[in-house]
Amino acid sequence: MQMPAPEPAILAQRAALLAELRTLLADDQVIADSAGLRAYDSDALTAYRQPPLLAVLPNDVAQLSRVLAICHRRNVKVVARGAGTSLSGGALPLADAVLIGLGRFNRILDIDYDNRCITAQSGVTNLALSEAVAERGFYYAPDPSSQIACTIGGNVAENSGGVHCLKYGMTTNNLLGLEMVLLDGTQVRLGGKHQDAEGYDLLGLLTGSEGLLGVITEVTARILPRPETARAALLGFADNEDAGRVVAAIIAAGIVPAGLEMMDRFIVAATEAFCQPGYPLEVEALLIVELDGPAAEVDHLLGRVVEIARAQGAVSVRVSESEAERLAFWSGRKAAFPAVGRLSPDYLCMDGTIPRKRLPEVLRRMAELSREFGLRVTNVFHAGDGNLHPLILYDANVPGELERAEAFGAAILRLCVAVGGVLTGEHGVGVEKRDLMGTMFDEQDLAQQQRVKCAFDPQGRLNPGKVFPQLHRCAELGRLHVHGGRLPFPDLPRF
Amino acid sequence: MNERFTPSRPEELAEILRWAAAAAVPLAVTGGGSKAATGGPVTAAHELCLAGFSGIHSYEPAELVLTAGAGTPLAEVEALLAGHGQQLAFEPPDARCIGGEVRDPDAPRAGTLGGVVAANLSGPRRFAAGAARDHCIGLRAVSGRGEPFKSGGRVVKNVTGFDLPKLLSGSWGTLAALWEVTLRVVPAPECARSLLLGGLDVAAAVRAMTAALSSVHVVSGAAHLPAPVAARCAPFAAGAALTALRVEGPEPSVRHRLAGLQGLLGGDSLLLGEADSGALWRAIGDLAPLPVAGERELWRLSLPPAAAPAVLAGLSQSLAADWLLDQGGGLLWLSCPVDTPAETVRAALEACGGHATLWWASATRRAQVAVFQPQPPALAALSRRIKHSFDPLGILNPGRMSRDNMSRGNTSRDN
Repeated sequence: MQMPAPEPAILAQRAALLAELRTLLADDQVIADSAGLRAYDSDALTAYRQPPLLAVLPNDVAQLSRVLAICHRRNVKVVARGAGTSLSGGALPLADAVLIGLGRFNRILDIDYDNRCITAQSGVTNLALSEAVAERGFYYAPDPSSQIACTIGGNVAENSGGVHCLKYGMTTNNLLGLEMVLLDGTQVRLGGKHQDAEGYDLLGLLTGSEGLLGVITEVTARILPRPETARAALLGFADNEDAGRVVAAIIAAGIVPAGLEMMDRFIVAATEAFCQPGYPLEVEALLIVELDGPAAEVDHLLGRVVEIARAQGAVSVRVSESEAERLAFWSGRKAAFPAVGRLSPDYLCMDGTIPRKRLPEVLRRMAELSREFGLRVTNVFHAGDGNLHPLILYDANVPGELERAEAFGAAILRLCVAVGGVLTGEHGVGVEKRDLMGTMFDEQDLAQQQRVKCAFDPQGRLNPGKVFPQLHRCAELGRLHVHGGRLPFPDLPRF
Repeated sequence: MNERFTPSRPEELAEILRWAAAAAVPLAVTGGGSKAATGGPVTAAHELCLAGFSGIHSYEPAELVLTAGAGTPLAEVEALLAGHGQQLAFEPPDARCIGGEVRDPDAPRAGTLGGVVAANLSGPRRFAAGAARDHCIGLRAVSGRGEPFKSGGRVVKNVTGFDLPKLLSGSWGTLAALWEVTLRVVPAPECARSLLLGGLDVAAAVRAMTAALSSVHVVSGAAHLPAPVAARCAPFAAGAALTALRVEGPEPSVRHRLAGLQGLLGGDSLLLGEADSGALWRAIGDLAPLPVAGERELWRLSLPPAAAPAVLAGLSQSLAADWLLDQGGGLLWLSCPVDTPAETVRAALEACGGHATLWWASATRRAQVAVFQPQPPALAALSRRIKHSFDPLGILNPGRMSRDNMSRGNTSRDN
């Protein structure tokens, strides 16, 4: 992975920049020693490591704004970081960029039950939002697996999903407002406690912009009353295709489960060995179908799900009869990554989305690729929305295996695009999928996205090296290529 | 306007826009024309009509996704979906009705798919299911530079690249000419019924809606009509204000939840069956009971739902007479006397936040006031730079979203 070469003009300013930042911030807010900087050298995509130029921990938006203005004036690059749980390298530092840690933006500012929303600083964890409103029976719906650690600001930057987005949407569908600071230090507020924008939908644009447009400091999110009940069915199949047909049949029956997860045989065995969720071991595919809502509805629909599963040849059917049993069903799924981590020295977690109906063929092709690359792959799958998480097992200590695993991963993502899907369903492009953007988008698609980036950051100083495979100068992108000059009126094309 | 271009192939569209960019000729971008009376009046030499991009490009019910030309009539899409037991969850209203035209309940619904997206329209289910912007997952368009581009995809779960479908939703044709959209669709509910509460004042009605929306009973419609407006809402008129709550889902669940709501809210209430409930919410979404035409202007206020009583109290009695409160209180439609000052309407939102759009008024009037809520300077500047990134010469719908864009040929103009 090639990152932009560090700019000598930035590296040369390090001492002066450090001195200037120290006049603004307390000693413990500026990290410049190599041991301290190493703590920030990667996010959850640990294959890539790079200590930043400096790291700063602003206390509030005024300080952040001043830090950004300083970097802007000095033309220094900036990378923002929440909890560092990005799986795509979204918060990977650069040798010539100041890393801004938002850990001190950790206060919940307002809980407004009547308007069903919560406002928090961007460093508050996802789970803390739900916990803050639990006493009145509310919660914040998007629940990425890292919710205990990941921050709401990071969730907005990455448009995080989770196992419940089939029914409740991703982060972008659950926001009302935010506050951000632009690279020149300008504070901007978008939205509020009301729905929809008065102008362009910048809230929608910022969500999932991967830290390239602004630094998010505050978020207002919708909260929902916690469903009356949730129950799950655990359905085992002798064949992946049977499981795939059940997924399609559930959707065709008009049922929208809260969660619809699929695990392959390897994951089932790995998680059973890891935490004993009580999974049936003699199945090729295991589905967890969770329904939530009013009890009368959940009981009714769960009965139909079981009928559908039996009709399609389920070899194992269990329905949760208690909250403890439902949580046990999920315990294996939620431990899938650590369970695999115990069996393999390293793994790469991929994140493509495909049209649901292409699943059997994608799984078959993935098995062939596994043989071609000589690396094992195992699958957990948000089956309801077609979001695949193939885990490629490798050993970084074996020379060449990381590169082989990455090439395998790239082949899987190309396959996802080839069948009508996309490179990333919820983890973001970051550095991981940056060089594959060309498989989904052509030059003009990418040029228009980069022009939008230019509207926020004309010098390309905010999180450079992420998302876009090639960096173009904004002046070059903005140039209008007019062929043949100004056309006279009679040349008006008519159709 | 001198010419009307009606391309039906993307290459033709790109050629027209390349020509317009080269000659810096502003174009009025149109579809079915149902929202012509909304937004600022467009000053353009020619019309670029996208109605020719009509037709379903792909619909796979099992994938819950539909791709169609931007000019495809909404009525055609809704009929196709209904045939497969599916629907657009955001419940787009008939823009011609909310634009103040005389209503014919049997006429086919107006509007095109592209128009719905360009205006980010949504109906009563908005608070529960999202707006058009939440369901537009992919698009193809040609920018004001004359360059074709696509964004998003054909799967719901997708974070690859910037979310331009959201940015273009609600951009009123000022960023790019949209020729294809991909929408997420959902299963239609098996059953939909409603609960009517009569005679509540707005404060009590908002309390009831808030209680319902904070309950476990999963409400998908919550609106309040004051007595004079409710009186025009046949056959539900009973001479009193009307507060309506809708519940959708499998029949046993709907029955159970309506009983739960009745228990929660107490008092007298009336249950509406499937047909009446459908008619009521269609009427509310299309603003059927609200007097719009004639000596009236229509304002659309987006506000924090619980603030509605205070906002109405802040308006003078003459303004706070004909209105309809939808989306749990978060959307207030205000039918005002002609020439009601914009500042008067917008002042009512100052304390709580939100925004007010002059949704329907004469072209003269729309040329005089800021139709869309003015933005703080930093945000307005950012929006101008975004406009510039798509349409540097300001050739797409000049004037539609803001007034300071009436001349042509200047690259530093507003959207």
